[in-house]
Amino acid sequence: MIHAARRRYPPAGAVDVVVVGAGHAGLAMSRCLAERSIDHVVLERGEIANSWRRERWDSLRLLTPNWQSRLPGYAYRGADPDGYMSVSDVVGFIDGYARFIGAPVRSHTTVTSVVADGCGYRVATDRGAWRCRAVVLASGAHGVPAVPAAAAALPRSVTTLTPKTYRNPGQLDDGGVLVVGASATGLQLADEIQRSGRRVILAVGEHIRLPRIYRGLDIQWWLDAVGILDERYDAVDDIVRARRVPSPQLVGTPERATLDLNALTARGVELVGRLVGVADGKAQFSGSLRSHCAMADLKLGRLLDRLDQWAEERGRDRDLPPPERFAATRLEAAPRLGLDLARERISTVIFATGFRPDFGWLNVPVFDHKGRLRHDGGIVAPGLYVLGLNFMRRRKSSFIHGAEDDVRDLSAHLAAGLRLRDGGQAPRSAA
Amino acid sequence: MNITAIKADNGVNVEALLNARQALTEAPEAARFTWRAQCAWVNGTHSRSVVHGFFGLGTEQAHKTEFRYDADHPEIFAAEDNGATPVEYVLVALASCLTAGVAAVAQNRNIQLRSVKATLEAGMDLQGILGIDSEVRNGFDGIKVVFEIDADATEQEIAALVAQSQRRSAVYDILTNPTYVAVEVR
Repeated sequence: MIHAARRRYPPAGAVDVVVVGAGHAGLAMSRCLAERSIDHVVLERGEIANSWRRERWDSLRLLTPNWQSRLPGYAYRGADPDGYMSVSDVVGFIDGYARFIGAPVRSHTTVTSVVADGCGYRVATDRGAWRCRAVVLASGAHGVPAVPAAAAALPRSVTTLTPKTYRNPGQLDDGGVLVVGASATGLQLADEIQRSGRRVILAVGEHIRLPRIYRGLDIQWWLDAVGILDERYDAVDDIVRARRVPSPQLVGTPERATLDLNALTARGVELVGRLVGVADGKAQFSGSLRSHCAMADLKLGRLLDRLDQWAEERGRDRDLPPPERFAATRLEAAPRLGLDLARERISTVIFATGFRPDFGWLNVPVFDHKGRLRHDGGIVAPGLYVLGLNFMRRRKSSFIHGAEDDVRDLSAHLAAGLRLRDGGQAPRSAA
Repeated sequence: MNITAIKADNGVNVEALLNARQALTEAPEAARFTWRAQCAWVNGTHSRSVVHGFFGLGTEQAHKTEFRYDADHPEIFAAEDNGATPVEYVLVALASCLTAGVAAVAQNRNIQLRSVKATLEAGMDLQGILGIDSEVRNGFDGIKVVFEIDADATEQEIAALVAQSQRRSAVYDILTNPTYVAVEVR
């Protein structure tokens, strides 16, 4: 009976569409393909929601409230709409979705190469090869940690971790910890490690500061309502830059607390500039900390102005608490520029410096001179699509709730492309 | 006839800059520039540097004229004070780089500037260069830049101009981040 699920789908063969990755995005695409009766299979290297099961730290919760967790035809229905899902909640949510849509998932099937083959693609896996007319890359934006080159020069006495290998403070020795990166991840790890009684130094570059709650409402409610999350990739000034922006400084806690640099320094975390090098056992930090914090404070101010203006124009002002402004980021007069790791007993460095997707198996010439996947709002090449990348089609593209609009657009484009090759009309743009 | 919005004019050709950005995005090898200076000792701590040629856009380039800079030290250093000190040139470089950035960013954001003044101050403990205390560094212990800007813009917009000019400034980057320096003798 173990093989019952496998027998439903051939071990390999020909199919219209191969979706690589059974996370929320790949499953959402599966649902939209099924709605269009397009024959497809979802290949998953591990289990459904694999990286959520194996590559997340223990205390992680989503940055979005539960009410916002939705996928095509599916939404959160629990008792705590304002709460934030834990990792196991997310696994349960995505697992439940896969069952709900009856997705044709082939788990424990690792894609080893994708090559162009006639007017389609050939997808090789460790369990046989598939021929298909279209491929959807849904393996996620978090393939490999983007660790700066300086990491290679760290002394051997220092343990380096990334958000994929960090689990909880219990795995660390008692030495000090340098956390590199001031995204949501960097701040969350700095916070919990500092609370565990260890000394924490946080290296801060460009960052996005957000309050958890603004005028009584979750900031994600505001970003959603005002339309900021729906902003399109082809309507922003500099999409390359917009895609590089780190995740905003947020945490999902039962207290719905704001986690910003001021909260961390109040608890004893020391702030330093961006890590720019390591030489002779000394970490070197940029002197640009003040500039980066001033920029984040300014951007926060501009955002809140925009939210307040929206509330006023919509006549929402009377129902809401008054506008708030937050204290500027507090900094020491002269933050340190160097850190002798041995002398200061720093035994762990955690690189919360982002990720890049891993397309090492994609043997199709679709990369730019820096090895980044080229795509136009998720359209990579004829019959080749990608999902879930940062600001891919919309600002919300990398969020769970951001998948729906993207997969609706791209599945329509994909379906039109299949019809074209069947002798139908040319696909329109996916706008 | 079209009704045109009032355009700020800070004397910066933003269109040319944006076109260059586009062109260099497509041809990254042309974006590789080499800047040069030559310096000759005159007497005492007095030296004279010249800049003229540089490399960029795939070929040798040159300034319209050769620019010369005398550097020396003040009389309290038992020198003849034939020019600014080298560290003051660093302040000049930072000030002019940030100021050029303010003008360019203002133009790009259609903000008319009326005046931009920057005052710079840098602290230095001479115990460093005199070798009195090895814990004291030779260079500045910090630089303070104060901008006074009169422009058709809100306080916030002006603060954003200054923030953006730091983000795009070469000299700001050179000063805030380590740079590998190779000094050889021929």
